[in-house]
Amino acid sequence: MRFRAKIVDLACLNHFSRVINTIAKLAKTCTLRLTVSKLYFILSDKVANGGVGMWCELCQGNFFDEFQMEGVAAEHNEIYLELVPENLSRALKTAQSAKAVKIKLTNKHCPCLRVAVELPSLSSSSRIVTHDIPVGVIPRRLWNDFREPSVPDFDVSIYLPVLKTMKSVVERMKNLSNSIVIEANLSGEMNLKIETDLVSVTTHFKDLGNPPWASEDGHQSSAQDRDLESMAEARIDIKKLQQLLAGQQVNPTKALCNIVSKRIVHFILLHEDVSLQYFIPALA
Amino acid sequence: AEIFQEFTVQEESVTFRINLSVLLDCLTIFGASSLPGTSTALRMCYRGYGYPLMLFLEEGGVVTVCKINTQEPDELLDFDFCSTKVVNKIILQSEGLREAFAELDMTSEVLQITMSPDKPYFRLSTFGNAGSAHLDYPRDSDLMEAFHCNQTQTNRYKISLLKPSTKALALSCKVSIRTDAQGFLSLQYMIRNEDGQICFVEYYCCPDEDIAEAEL
Repeated sequence: MRFRAKIVDLACLNHFSRVINTIAKLAKTCTLRLTVSKLYFILSDKVANGGVGMWCELCQGNFFDEFQMEGVAAEHNEIYLELVPENLSRALKTAQSAKAVKIKLTNKHCPCLRVAVELPSLSSSSRIVTHDIPVGVIPRRLWNDFREPSVPDFDVSIYLPVLKTMKSVVERMKNLSNSIVIEANLSGEMNLKIETDLVSVTTHFKDLGNPPWASEDGHQSSAQDRDLESMAEARIDIKKLQQLLAGQQVNPTKALCNIVSKRIVHFILLHEDVSLQYFIPALA
Repeated sequence: AEIFQEFTVQEESVTFRINLSVLLDCLTIFGASSLPGTSTALRMCYRGYGYPLMLFLEEGGVVTVCKINTQEPDELLDFDFCSTKVVNKIILQSEGLREAFAELDMTSEVLQITMSPDKPYFRLSTFGNAGSAHLDYPRDSDLMEAFHCNQTQTNRYKISLLKPSTKALALSCKVSIRTDAQGFLSLQYMIRNEDGQICFVEYYCCPDEDIAEAEL
């Protein structure tokens, strides 16, 4: 098992740091899956996570100038690591004006991701700051726990409103209630609602548009034949939604959510070279 | 009422009790500071006793509807502060008081206010752990807009009661300080908003009785 990678381009480095910052806001611990062409940050929807699931995918070619990976075995050319993304995020904070960043999987005393940041220096020899981030190697027999979640059989799929507005509204609502109801229909309308003994607040978004999903052969999605005005709704933990929105530092190219009434809300946020899926289950 | 574009009240007066932080969260639902070029529209309605306060806010085509439950109003303290019974009155430009209030010795339990036709004219005093501090304002100071003191009065007020008024002081351009024969204090802050409209925030505070008695 070997892994080494290098980023030299500052823009790529900042972009990578932003992605890691977003992941760090969403999960305390997650799984990093490395393949020849991609990196995945995965949170599987275990009860321990409050049922929340995350799947974030990056093409390594868009970030790394050098990328070499040798998996567990030839037929299973992948590496699965358990890590605390906040540690990686903090290591990359020192790399804001770095000349280069090298990441390597090492096993001196215990498995670590060694992040070596080469900083510009006035003298001829460069300064290198090294961070050793402990990681857990996930054995092959557990890899099945981390498969890509399938798109749920949703009732409504709708594009999200301007994230900035949605973020402000959800942040205020978080002060007033622990749970929030998201409802949307196939006429491009979405409502965010909270209701407590003291107050009820509803924010209405219109003209959002509904993404077209090509239905698989012979598969009748719940969304077909659905009354356009009828709302699909789910009550979710408001903190989880707020964390997702707060972690978006750059506006995504595409942002949408799929609602399975009373079960789960599936968020998809697409940037140029990063895709993030986040699953928030409905509260009992 | 002039700060609103429309203002209609069908009864003589309408009073209800409402949770302030909830109200504030609703009013700022689209964010605390608005971007230049965006404006938020607000409509408030109250149907009457027992009904919630309704807020309708709109920004950029997005509408938020808030329904805040109202409660029985508390009895309002009537300080019986009558303008005709004012003994001493001073109008100051707020900038003069802002620094003073920001630097008040908070280890002092009271703020002592002395107003007099003679020296020291207008004095703010504190008595804290480190010692006492006195801040004097001469009657001919540039900051003094009006000075009508007929009698020398020294009154003490619990500093914890006056501290919240510094928020109004921060926003105001002028403040009027008046006392009556009992030593009741009236602070009136004149606030000018972005459109140039004027509104007032009034504070009433009664003098600290315990300390006065202890001195006898």
